[in-house]
Amino acid sequence: MSTKAKARPATAPVVFTANRLRDGRVVWFGTEGLWRDSIAEIAPFAPDAAEAGLALARQGERDQNVVGVYAVEVDPAGPIPLKFRERLRVQGPSVAAEAA
Amino acid sequence: MPLLEDGRLRPDDWTSIEDDAPLPEGPAIISLARLQAEAATLAGRNAPLGVAVAPETQPEEIAPFLSRLALVALRMPKSKDGRAFTQARSLREHHGFAGEIRATGHVLPDQYAMLLRCGVSTVEVPEGTRPETWARSRDAIRIGYQAAQGADHPLSLLRRKLELA
Amino acid sequence: MNALTPPQYARTYRYDEIDREFLQERIAEFRGQIERRLAGELTEDEFKPLRLMNGLYLQLHAYMLRVAIPYGLLNSAQLRQLGRIARRWDRGFGHFTTRQNIQFNWTKLEDVPAMLEALAEVDMHAIQTSGNCIRNTTTDEYAGATPDEVVDPLVYAEILRQWSTLHPEFTWLPRKFKIAITGSPNDRVAAQVHDVGVLAKRNERGEVGFEVHAGGGLGRTPIIARKLRDWVPESEFLAYMEAVLRVYNALGQRENIYKARIKILVRDLGDEFTQMVEREYERMPRDRYRLDPDIVAAIGAHFAPPPFAALEDQELPEDPEFRAWASTSVRAHRQPGYASVTISLKPIGGIPGDASADQMEAVADLAERHSFGEIRVTHVQNLVLPHVRQEDLHALWQGLRAAGLATPNIGLISDIIACPGMDYCALATARSIPIAQRISERFASLDRQHDIGECFINISGCINACGHHHVAHIGILGVDKRGEEVYQVTLGGSATNDAAIGELIGPAFSYDTIVDAVETLITTYIAHRSPGERFIDTYRRIGVTPFKDALYAPA
Repeated sequence: MSTKAKARPATAPVVFTANRLRDGRVVWFGTEGLWRDSIAEIAPFAPDAAEAGLALARQGERDQNVVGVYAVEVDPAGPIPLKFRERLRVQGPSVAAEAA
Repeated sequence: MPLLEDGRLRPDDWTSIEDDAPLPEGPAIISLARLQAEAATLAGRNAPLGVAVAPETQPEEIAPFLSRLALVALRMPKSKDGRAFTQARSLREHHGFAGEIRATGHVLPDQYAMLLRCGVSTVEVPEGTRPETWARSRDAIRIGYQAAQGADHPLSLLRRKLELA
Repeated sequence: MNALTPPQYARTYRYDEIDREFLQERIAEFRGQIERRLAGELTEDEFKPLRLMNGLYLQLHAYMLRVAIPYGLLNSAQLRQLGRIARRWDRGFGHFTTRQNIQFNWTKLEDVPAMLEALAEVDMHAIQTSGNCIRNTTTDEYAGATPDEVVDPLVYAEILRQWSTLHPEFTWLPRKFKIAITGSPNDRVAAQVHDVGVLAKRNERGEVGFEVHAGGGLGRTPIIARKLRDWVPESEFLAYMEAVLRVYNALGQRENIYKARIKILVRDLGDEFTQMVEREYERMPRDRYRLDPDIVAAIGAHFAPPPFAALEDQELPEDPEFRAWASTSVRAHRQPGYASVTISLKPIGGIPGDASADQMEAVADLAERHSFGEIRVTHVQNLVLPHVRQEDLHALWQGLRAAGLATPNIGLISDIIACPGMDYCALATARSIPIAQRISERFASLDRQHDIGECFINISGCINACGHHHVAHIGILGVDKRGEEVYQVTLGGSATNDAAIGELIGPAFSYDTIVDAVETLITTYIAHRSPGERFIDTYRRIGVTPFKDALYAPA
């Protein structure tokens, strides 16, 4: 999946997401250079900084902290992912039973 | 590259020879294409001969030469590619090959025990390999529900029910 | 009696010391692999196939652990332990799958060894619930109970389980490999859409043999299996299975993941595939693979019938609500005075296949009280208590009702198969669960559901078809269309003896309009049906056009 970020240059601001290796929880990476539990705690990369951002985010894989890094285009207010799939990744499952 | 046998590293006495290079005096591994092309000349050679076969090669294709081969090198291009397991088992079971079967390429320590059980004898491993990791993987699970090549236990563990009953 | 002690008569395979030792070694091995991964000795690419072979996926929100329920058979101690695991390491739920397994959606990598230890306490594991290996064999959920059974498939399913467990040659196959086996002429295991489908039967001398089909499958290229052999004698069963797997492992495609299943090889080679299997089978040292009758008998002893009482069939009590439930949930048993009960995990508006820890414990208790402690998981994501005294049915129903498990909708339109979809699955392109929830809410009225009658709706959240949409009467496939979830509809599929792949009927529907589309299909069926016809019968009689016209008519 991480190849997607390279395949097409970003047209919107991007953040990076991955799963934490130890517990699998979704984490987010922005210009602060740290993996955070909440997307609200990070600032996105400008589209032209996406490539450099990916290189920084990938370090998290090499350090055995995270797995499956990929880029997510966002609306910088929030930030909120543009795609529904990643909005689900932010919110958790849209179905009730196990969210309780 | 070093060679792993019985969970220990040992030097490799064999040399892999390119198709257009002359054969050395000592043990040499050549391609199947060369083996087929030069079968007549190779018949006069005294030093041990081995063949490197591709994952898509069917053991039947090398069957005619097996009596003169001391080694068959199987290649795993990726660790996920499990054709070598069937090739090895077939060489032992159908063709009665008793020489060295060597696994080369991207092999994981976690596959070592199963390779051995399919009849592989040695694994070519990268420089710096820690043989302890391989030995540990080999011994991690000592119980097999199926018979291993070389062992004379038809259907292996299923049979134990008879002895227990 | 300890809560983990298996009930005396449940017919689950009882581990011996060797089985237990094997499991402990396997757990220790995986613990070591996790440690090597955390220490950076294994890359994710190297670790992934190892974790998958222990049932551990990385999903959209977390790791998911898929636990094997061998051929869908559980005893009460095992189900109780699954409930305990759900409570301790998940969020209090488990999700039963179409492969008769259970998934825990909120697993932490570092907890997995402890979860596997807990499973081992009740002779369970997560081995080969994923990865390119032989998966959990599925079988008839009414095995050993149904009157139409010719051969009890459980003993052969267990033989297949042992044979395929960490098979040295078939653990690195081109792709996953799924086997289904049934012992009834009425196929309830979807044998013809499996990599290998086996029909156990008897010849005129009463001997057991197997009809073997191969190369069926769903996914993006749905194919009905090819019959390889009408009769494989019992003693040669494993030899023949070896031969099929050998040909596949040697020749199956490995370059393109979408062409790597055996169905593509069988389709491309046609009769040549059959001939290759036969050649391999003929030259095998067959003594080495011969399944002696003594072995079958020794394994079969684990599946001896429970001590049924001598009873007679009886009338059910008059209670109308109970009768409504019984009319869908209770099924005839081969033993007079007994019945099999299907427990719906499809409450109106619920998540298909989900059960809470409390519900698992409640079913375990009820199984102990009423079904010799034996439970089955069905491939439509429900549970079965196979051997219930008819005189106990009313009490059982009350117990189920108290646990929220008495929805009387088995086989009806709200008994929907749904994959986890994009709410959980990393591969999904659209959500499945909320579609199932909304359809069941739309058809909440039980009178209406009974009026509609048998109708199977299956929903997949991507082309991989885990929700079996191809073989549903009404199949729904969610796909992504420029960032939007849209839903394609197929009609006329079937997974039984008359197996058929559903026909795609036209442009997809949006998330908001798909439920209306289903309702339109149903009203069209009701308008056209002849007395006694099910949805599928009417569809087969009148064809796709009236349904298309109703769906796509200009407003």
